This record gives sequence, C-alpha cells and structure tokens, in this order.
Amino acid sequence: MIASTLIAVLVVSLIAGALAAVLVVAEYYLANYGPCKITVNDEKELTVQGGKDLLGLLTAEKLFIPSACGGRATCGLCKVKVLEGAGPILPTEEPYLDKEERESNTRLACQVKVRRDVRIVIPKELLAIREYTCCCAKIVDLTHDMKLFRLELTDPATIDYIPGQYVQLRTPPYGKNRSEVYRAYSIASDPAEKGIVELIIRLVPGGICTTYCFEHLKEGDEVRFNGPYGDFRLSESPSPIVFIAGGSGMAPIKCMLHHMKNTTNPRNAVYFFGANAVKELCLTDLMRQFESELAGFRFVPVVASTQDRPEWDGETGLVTEAVQRGLTNASEHEAYLCGSPGMIDACIKVLTGLGMPETSIFYDKFA
Amino acid sequence: MNLGAEIWQAVTVCVAAVFTQNILLAYFLGLCPFIGVSREVKTAFGLGLAVIFVMTATTLLNWLAYRYVLQPLGLEFFRFILFIVIIAAFVQFVEMAIERFSPFLYQQLGVFLPLITVNCAILGASLFMVIRDYSFIVTIGYGLGSGIGWFLAIMAMAGIRQRLANERIPAGLQGPGITLIIAGLMALAFIGFTGVLQGR
Repeated sequence: MIASTLIAVLVVSLIAGALAAVLVVAEYYLANYGPCKITVNDEKELTVQGGKDLLGLLTAEKLFIPSACGGRATCGLCKVKVLEGAGPILPTEEPYLDKEERESNTRLACQVKVRRDVRIVIPKELLAIREYTCCCAKIVDLTHDMKLFRLELTDPATIDYIPGQYVQLRTPPYGKNRSEVYRAYSIASDPAEKGIVELIIRLVPGGICTTYCFEHLKEGDEVRFNGPYGDFRLSESPSPIVFIAGGSGMAPIKCMLHHMKNTTNPRNAVYFFGANAVKELCLTDLMRQFESELAGFRFVPVVASTQDRPEWDGETGLVTEAVQRGLTNASEHEAYLCGSPGMIDACIKVLTGLGMPETSIFYDKFA
Repeated sequence: MNLGAEIWQAVTVCVAAVFTQNILLAYFLGLCPFIGVSREVKTAFGLGLAVIFVMTATTLLNWLAYRYVLQPLGLEFFRFILFIVIIAAFVQFVEMAIERFSPFLYQQLGVFLPLITVNCAILGASLFMVIRDYSFIVTIGYGLGSGIGWFLAIMAMAGIRQRLANERIPAGLQGPGITLIIAGLMALAFIGFTGVLQGR
C-alpha cells in the first residue's frame, strides 16, 4: 500500500517535473526577448525583461493600471496608449476598443506583450495615484456639523490633481472600529498650494470616518490618504457654468473656483448653494471674494427655512426652485453638481426640464 | 477490430461529437469562454479554432499518457491531475512556440490559448475518452469532433449575439442572462439531431 502510494506520487511528480523542465527550457530559448525599454509619457524609462505582458511589467514597476479581471481580457479596464512597439490590435482586445480608441493606439495593457522597446502614454492621473502622509495642520468649524480639515503633506511633499477629484481618507482603528477604513472626500483646497489638501467633512451620525475626524482627530495628528481619483472636472468648453451644491458638496466647487481664478478663466458662472437654514451657510465671505475676483461669477445662497434668521433677504425655498427661477437659456449652460443622489437626481430633472441636454450635466454623487 | 472498421467508428464518433453529443450544448462544458468571448463572430472564430486544435492534440497526448503510463502502473485514478498538467504544459508550450515563430498565427490563434488552458471542455473531452474506452484512432475522431462541435456552437452564439446587440432586451437579462437562455434554446435544437441519427 505504502509502496504503491509512493510510486504513484513519484510517477506523477516525475511527469510534472519533466513537463516543467521542458517549459523552463522552452521559455529560455523561445520566450526570451532580452531586455526591453518601456518609455512612459516620454519622461520615464523602464528597462524590463521582454516577453511578458505590459500590465504585469508595469505593476512590477509600481505603475498601477486599474484592472478587474487580472489580465484575461474580460474587463477592458487596463487601457493604455501604446505609441510604438505593440504590433497590431489582437482579436481579444477588439470588443473593448471603439473606433476613436483604435485610431489613438489605445490598447489593453494585459494583452500587449513587450517584445521590443515600446513607448506608452499613461493618463497623468493614474501615474499620480499613491499614498500620501500628511499632518493635520488646522481644523476649522464651518457650521455646527461641518468642519474644514487642512492637511499639510509630508511624504510626498506635493500633490498634483485635477480640480474636482477626490482622495480616500484613511481612518485608523479606534474604539470599537478594529480595522482601518477608507472614505472618499473631494479636495477643496486651492490647487496652487501643492503642499496642502483641504477636505470639507460633514458629520454623519454614526459614521466611522466622520466620527473619527470630528471626535478623535486633533491638530498636529498624522493623517494618510491615497488618490487622487475621479473624473469630475471642468470641461474645456467656453459655455457658462451652473454649479449646484450644498453642504460639503461645496468642496470640489471651491477647488474649481480657486482654479478658475488662478487661470483667469473667463467663463461666466453662477453657484447655487442650497441650505436648510441660514446657520448652515458657510464660506460665504470666500464666495463673495470670488465674486469680486472672478468677473463673471455670481454666488446665490438659497435657504429653505428662514426661521432662525427672519431678516434673511436672499433666495428662499429649495435650491431646485431657485435654479428654475434664476436660470435663463439653460440649454447653453453646463451644469456641475455635487451632493447626495437625491439632490442630484432632482437637479438633473429640473435642468433637463429647462432644456439642458444631459451631456452638459456633470456630477459627483455622494455614495 | 480491423483498421477499416476503426476508422469508420472514428468518423461516427466524430459526427456524434459535433451534433448529438455536442460537448457544449449537450454536456454544458466550457461555458465561461462560451459566454465571455461570444460577443463578436471574429473573436469567436479564433477561439473556436484554438479549441479545435487544443482539444484534438490534448486528447491524443492524454490517451498516450493514460495508455502507456497510468494503465501499466495501475495509476488510473491520477488521470485528473495528470491530464490537467499535460494540457496546461502543452498549451503554454504551443503558445510560446507560435509567438516566436509565426506572429501571424499568434495574432489569429495564439492569443486565445491562455484563455482555454483551464477550459473544462478540454479536460472533459480527455476524461470522456477514457470513460468510453476509445482506441487511439477513435480518439482522433472524438477530439476533433468535440472541438468542431464547440466551434460551431460558439460561432452560432456569436452570430446570434451580434444580431441581438441592437435589440431591446429587458435590463435584467442583458449580457450573460440572455446568453444562457439562448444557449438553452440552442441545446434544445441540437437535441433534434438525436432523432436524425436514431431514425436512420
């Protein structure tokens, strides 16, 4: 019995070993394409051993391309522009590439084998995704349940992002919460301050991350986040802008306004800020300052209830009602919305009702 | 059994494997690539060809390994492990060789090879070949027939799906849902072939 078991194991191991040996020899002679150079965005040169797929090689070099299927050409996420050295588009890639992508040499990185020097273009934002360590420099109370957290980057010391993008803030284990948790917050700061990231956070009762930020995080504490992520951003079009965002939805809009000021963007813009009560309005001074610095910008706070401040003389009612009243020729505008799914859906309904095509509406929904 | 009779049996087994015993539509093996890579006829064609090639070659290799290694040693129960190892090694070797020596063939066929290394239809064909006690020549017919049967099924499915692309399908059924329903209908149609053979 023992002898036959041993023989069985031995035989199968021998066969498997022999096959593996054949493959190793074959790989050495057949799949050895020598060292190849990968030039990334004409800036960075990587020297790799040829014969493997581009996705795997880039991951090994710590350039993370998103991929959900692990290189089997079924998710279509790992798109990268390969300008030289990729050979023709493979049939496995075809279902995932539209005409425009084919013409711009976009390929699936998991299917492209590197057999000679290649030149690739990776979207800058993918290159920039990484973990940042920073110090919580300042916590500012904006309203009774909203705070602004000013984070000074320590490692790396600066960050490049596109106004409108968000980061994933790390909450370390605390209290009953035993594992670290990541939550997404839009960057609110002035993009010109490359060493600073500001986040506007509203307390969610029972929320793991917001409770941590409100009750445990102190000025001087170390904070970590990764990013930047997201494709919510201003378009290149010259058409006038409608921003609609209340509460902490102001974060990406504030960032975009800083950016518009820095680049002296001449687009006309109006920002409808919705609040339930006057005491929920925040950063009004900054918005008034933007009004004086940005020629075509108007800030319209809209308050649903004026019970707490009866002397309020601005817009009242729901923010959607104010948009309906205040927005003329909506079809020529572009809208940028940030807030809860309910608020965004309501706004899209109103805007399309006013004649704005859905392709002109951009939004960042809080999940 | 003389050679003539064996060849005739191989042909019969081959035809049966294509139609009445279709490995995909009668046994529902090899479904993942069938669902995943049947969106376009062109891709399905390449994958189907790769399956024909790999299935024929690996059933033969596995027949040899079974007959001359496992049987004499009384190690038949090891066939699952050995078959899968042989299939994986063979596919990888062929892929490397094609990639090196024929970029054209690699473009058309080679890229699909990694997708079917762990395809259960390939292993299934080898196991059926053992269970049914086929001779070497009949195994050629069986491997080829199973491959062609799989090829036909995925080509038909890709053709149907291309036409379906512009149809209004209920949201819940889009993608794999409707594909599985169609596969079921195709299986029903293929059952019809059983009558053809029996009515002879």
